[in-house]
Amino acid sequence: MELCDKSILELRQMLDQKEISSSELTKYYLDRINKIDGQINSYITVCEEEALKTAENADNRIAKGEASALTGIPISIKDNMCTEGIRTTCGSKMLGNFVPPYNATAVSKLLAEDAVILGKVSMDEFAMGGSTQTSYYKKTTNPYDKARVPGGSSGGSAASVAAKLSAASLGSDTGGSIRQPAAFCGITGMKPTYGAVSRFGLVAFASSFDQIGPLAHSAKDCAGILNVISGHDVNDGTSERQKIDFSSKLGKDIKGLKLALPKEFFGDGIDESVKSAVLKAAAEYEKMGAKIVEVSMPSLKYAIAAYYLIASAEASSNLARYDGIKFGYCTPDAKTYDERITRTRKEGFGEEVKRRILLGTYALSSGYYDAYYKKALYVQQKIKAEYKGIFDTCDAIITPTAPTTAYKIGEIEGDPVKMYLADICTVTVNIAGLPALSTTCGYDNAGMPIGMSVVGKAFDDATVLQVADAFETSFKRINPKL
Amino acid sequence: MANYIPVIGLEIHAQLLTNTKIFCNCEVDFGGEQNTRCCPVCTGLPGTLPVLNSQVVSYAIKGGLALNCDINRFSKIDRKNYFYPDLPKAYQISQFDLPLCIDGKVKIDMGEEEKYIRVHRIHIEEDAGKLVHDDIENASLADYNRCGVPLIEIVSEPDMGSAEEAKAYVEKVAGLLQYAGVSLCRMEEGSLRADVNISLKRPEAAKLGTKVEIKNLNSLKSIVRAIEYEIERQTKMLNAGEEIIQETRRFNDNRGVTTSMRSKEDAHDYRYFKEPDVIPVSITDDDIEAIRKELPMLIDERLDLYTKEYGLNKADSKILVANKEISDLYNESISSYANYKAVANFIVVDLLRYVNEGELDSKNIPFTAAEFAELVKMAEEEVVNKNNAKAILKMMLEGKKSPQQIAKDEGFLMNDSADEIEEVVNGVVSEFTAEVEGYLAGKEKLFGFLMGQCSKRLAGRANPKMIKDILEQKLAKLK
Repeated sequence: MELCDKSILELRQMLDQKEISSSELTKYYLDRINKIDGQINSYITVCEEEALKTAENADNRIAKGEASALTGIPISIKDNMCTEGIRTTCGSKMLGNFVPPYNATAVSKLLAEDAVILGKVSMDEFAMGGSTQTSYYKKTTNPYDKARVPGGSSGGSAASVAAKLSAASLGSDTGGSIRQPAAFCGITGMKPTYGAVSRFGLVAFASSFDQIGPLAHSAKDCAGILNVISGHDVNDGTSERQKIDFSSKLGKDIKGLKLALPKEFFGDGIDESVKSAVLKAAAEYEKMGAKIVEVSMPSLKYAIAAYYLIASAEASSNLARYDGIKFGYCTPDAKTYDERITRTRKEGFGEEVKRRILLGTYALSSGYYDAYYKKALYVQQKIKAEYKGIFDTCDAIITPTAPTTAYKIGEIEGDPVKMYLADICTVTVNIAGLPALSTTCGYDNAGMPIGMSVVGKAFDDATVLQVADAFETSFKRINPKL
Repeated sequence: MANYIPVIGLEIHAQLLTNTKIFCNCEVDFGGEQNTRCCPVCTGLPGTLPVLNSQVVSYAIKGGLALNCDINRFSKIDRKNYFYPDLPKAYQISQFDLPLCIDGKVKIDMGEEEKYIRVHRIHIEEDAGKLVHDDIENASLADYNRCGVPLIEIVSEPDMGSAEEAKAYVEKVAGLLQYAGVSLCRMEEGSLRADVNISLKRPEAAKLGTKVEIKNLNSLKSIVRAIEYEIERQTKMLNAGEEIIQETRRFNDNRGVTTSMRSKEDAHDYRYFKEPDVIPVSITDDDIEAIRKELPMLIDERLDLYTKEYGLNKADSKILVANKEISDLYNESISSYANYKAVANFIVVDLLRYVNEGELDSKNIPFTAAEFAELVKMAEEEVVNKNNAKAILKMMLEGKKSPQQIAKDEGFLMNDSADEIEEVVNGVVSEFTAEVEGYLAGKEKLFGFLMGQCSKRLAGRANPKMIKDILEQKLAKLK
């Protein structure tokens, strides 16, 4: 087993038993990034100097016997989380020169443990997209097939973990942006309950859906990271006071748990290979003693429309601050305020971002508000109610993470409607604020990973991790060839 | 010329008296170096989040209670979207359909007549920054110190019929907010600003006319002038058969006229929606009662008390309540010396002179109400004479000790020793023999002269009645 194949728990043990130092481990990863990242383009910024410095601190800490769960563990960060003194681009030309004077709370919590931040990884511009091809900087590719997308928007995170260019990564998930790339890249990624992790320092896309979460090699590693980064934050009024113990149910028998399969998630539009792999996994759960129940979620057909209306509405407002006055890109030589703001936004934003700003502005405009935004909020209530109905009798829900496996670069990105529809399996979880995780449950004929999602009740993230971990323990993953 | 009735409504923006801004920990203050009281949150840097200052909510509720509002138990925070360089996030966090306070009323006093102005709603919001246009040529500079300063917007119903009523309403609202202790309401510092909505209608018309909004009036004087100008302008237009267009206007203070800012067609579509970063505010009955308990007795109640219970005249009562600290001083003073009129009189005639002339800040009165009451009592009971009482007040304002002590040190205490007075009287009688003889011969006016001589020698320290008695007795003996 290569060093890079080790889980965080294994690395922790090696570090604590001084089999390797954090500095050596960090150099090892930096070296891998140097050699391999050219193939997949996952890093926008590599923080070599800072990483080695943190590693040194971590080693001192370990020497004193004061190591915590992530001390000395090399991790990558999606480039929409603010890092003090380190450029944070959000994958956009607009923030090409933005160096935040503060850390995102999730980042601060990692640094407080002397977790080693290797660098900032690529993403779809402003986290809008599912392919990482809208990044202004690095159009990341899939480690399993460089002609394919890694998924998105946390494609840099997923690819860097799958290619073993980091032990784990922090991503963000607004409509599936952690889970779908985790599925496409054959790893594990979790979006915790909304409010579990502070959003302070996460550049906002759609505030009521955005949530930070880990992408890693296993549910166990995800739990370990979540235990560190979660918790109430005075800088985020929407962060929950309730503290979740993410690893509390890991390894517990799943016998007797009721797992729901909503039939709408297994209908037309879902690839046969995906369907059969997820159903096969469900059969595995049955063997382990879980009870599989078929349920229904009739509102799923409205979910994409509702999601894109609410998310774009919030985005249109969140992204209005990029006017070239205080930070970020500013068009040269503008004569008036109107000219400056218009040209800055025209030149600084990419196509997909502009499309969503337009969509969201339209949805909120007087005369359209009732027909679009208000109706979308109504669908949100329906979806929440349907989830509640399912969770009244079931412990978790199993669905595919995406209708297909990773597609070829250029295959559907040009067709926004097709791109949006591909989010059908993930958006309802954000709409309802629930915890959900994607883990790999098989590979298609082309050898591309297939993702299965486990969805839980709000604040019952521990059950989601327990269910995923139970499957992972008996499933053998195939490494990408790089 | 046809007659029109003005229909006027006001939106008052009052700055809340919190130490920190509404969504971050930046200090709230007036003046100071540009861009020194702002941070990543109030300047809207990427990734930062607003965290609602709970004192803003309780102050707004307190202000609402002072204006007799109902408090919504569930209140929501919203975003109002528009681009402007003084608004760093390109949206203002405000409240749209579920404000904190609704359905209030404010009593205004128009001489003989009393009138209630209804308050439609009060909501909380953040202030924007300030643009500086004159510092460099061809460019404006942005100062974000004011960004995120907490405001309440108080929206009245269109219940006012004249500039004078509007003025009385603004003064009353400001007074009530000052009493509640939630705003300084200093128009000259911008902590109180108003927008005026005004339309004209024929007396018989049921429907309101087309309204015009005049934005950002920052003094009572400009509110009055803008309304008067606008009434005149609209009257002329209507009389000439012209149509009023719905628009937003600004008031030019120098020229005393209103000019068009934008028409209805150019009005912003603010695209309000629920602020996802700030959770809605839930308020319990207990919360409201706790806040209500903190409210002091307010202006109308005090006026009633003064006129009905204490027998003060209305003019003095209004002078006393015009300033909460003064009214508080009065209330406390009469609790130790219950001579309602004498205390009121001493405040209105003597103490307020110093306040009005700017020599005394009513917020920093250097003596206690008990000491003040003591002084009034001393004057009333003629322990010191009236002039010396005034002199003592001046010394108390300069920070000198208690009135008793001052009177003693300065030799102001009335002398009630009959022996000493008699000695002085004897001296005067033997010295001014001609005058004494004249008096005894029937020139009664000379008694005053002799009295004056005695008083002068006693340096105002003796009770005039005692002097008079003793002098009379003495002269009677000589008859």
